[in-house]
Order: sequence, then structure tokens, then C-alpha cells
Amino acid sequence: MEDQLIDRCLGGDHEAFYELMRPYERAVYFAAVGVLHNPADAEEVAQEAVLKAFNNLSKFRREAKFSTWLIQITINEARMRFRKDRAHLYESIDERKTDEEGDYRPKDFADWRDIPSEELQRRELREALKRALVSLDPKYREVLVLRDVQHMSIIETAQVLGISEGLVKTRLLRARLQMRDALAPGIDGSWTTGRSEFKKVRPW
Amino acid sequence: MVIEISCVEVWREISNYIDGSTDRELRDRMEAHFKVCKHCSAVLDGTRNVVRLIADGAEFEVPASLSKRIYAKLDSQLGKS
Repeated sequence: MEDQLIDRCLGGDHEAFYELMRPYERAVYFAAVGVLHNPADAEEVAQEAVLKAFNNLSKFRREAKFSTWLIQITINEARMRFRKDRAHLYESIDERKTDEEGDYRPKDFADWRDIPSEELQRRELREALKRALVSLDPKYREVLVLRDVQHMSIIETAQVLGISEGLVKTRLLRARLQMRDALAPGIDGSWTTGRSEFKKVRPW
Repeated sequence: MVIEISCVEVWREISNYIDGSTDRELRDRMEAHFKVCKHCSAVLDGTRNVVRLIADGAEFEVPASLSKRIYAKLDSQLGKS
């Protein structure tokens, strides 16, 4: 089905491209937001990615999935934008030193006395999540977004980012543990979003 | 008989455990560990909650008319807008 749409598009039927893109619009936007976390920038990057995909469709090798190729383009555009925005800062994505060799030690909140209210509002929760995501190193955030938001497989995530599956797993581990540290102790407690209830660990 | 596993080893594998991608032996060892270690048990619950929250997409609002706006530059190139 997708092959037909690609053929049609390459044959000059531009509307076929829009049809081809439709299932992936959200994925493209979320991938951009995942890297940049600024919705305005992300939207612009998403538009660039769509344009780039259209203009380079003849270069798409059909051994891979179209979605993988498309999200790869999006991530690359987002990274370029990220670097450009931060060109004046000392640290770039590549230069930032993070220790991927050592074990990550998650915090122990067993002695935490000042537990926030268990009836955390949905909006506060969303803000807390956003802040936590922003605090992550971009290379961890990218993996987290692709795996846990887009639900890409490890293999696909590795392909999109051009890294090994082992490295995807390592970065995913760190991303998840860092998120938990940023959000706990509330997250080890009981937060209700209206949709899911979270298991209470401590008696209070 | 289940061989003991250290907390450090548990933290190393906890993401794979959540994804159900550890082998049976490792899984059993980790589960035995969670039963007796409050800290690791809390880390597991907290991390699981994080994954669930993110999957909910609660923190990513999709902008209105994303469907239209995402094609703005393409539309422009094709002379549609």
C-alpha cells in the first residue's frame, strides 16, 4: 500500500504524499518535540522534515520502513536546529560529557518525609513531566521519546538514531531512571491521572 | 534455587525487566530481589509509573490543526498556499 503511494508520488501525484504521511503526522511532531521540547520550534522542524521527505523521496531505499526513514529525517532536522540554537553555548550535543560507562544509581526516597499531596492535579503532573523531560540530556530524551512515546521497537529506535541496540537500551535505562528521580517521591506514591492509578509503595 | 542478585545489577536490568525482555532466570532472580528489597521495589514501581505516564502522552499536547500546519512548507513549495 505504501509502496503504491510512493510510486504514485514519484510519478507526479503529489496528493499521494499527503496520504502517505497521514499515519505519521503525530509521530513526526512528537519526535521533533522530543528533541526540542519547544512546540513552536518543533512545529517548524516538523514542517521542514515533511518537506525534506517529499523532496528526497526518490532516495528512500525500500528495504527500510518508510516511518523509520521519515523519523530519521525529523530527528536530524531537530538536532540541527538544537545545535544552531545553542551554538553560542559552550556545550553542544556531541561535546556534552556524560558518563555512559558507569552504573546509574537511582535515589533512595525511603526516608523522604515531605511527600507531596497524593491528589496531584493533572496539570501539575503534566508540568512536572515536562520539566523532567527538559532536564534530560538530549540523547537520553530522544531514546525515551522514540521508545516510550512513539512505541518504536529497540531495533527501529537503533536504526533511526544510528546507534547499536545495546546503546539504545543503556540510554533508555538512564532516561527512565533519571525521569523517576526527577519526579519521585510523588511517583513512587499514588498519583491518579483519571486514567491510570499508580501503585502506592509507602503506607502514607 | 534462585541465586541472589545485587541492587546494582537490578538497576542495570530494570528497564529491560519492565519491557519484559530479560530471560527467565534473570527475571526470577530480580523478582526474588524485589520481594526483599524495599528500595529496588520502589525504584521498579516509580520507573514503571514513569513509563506509563509518558506513554499516556499526558505531557505532549498536539497542537490544533496539526494536520494542516505540518504541511505548511510543502504546501508553499507546491504553490498550494
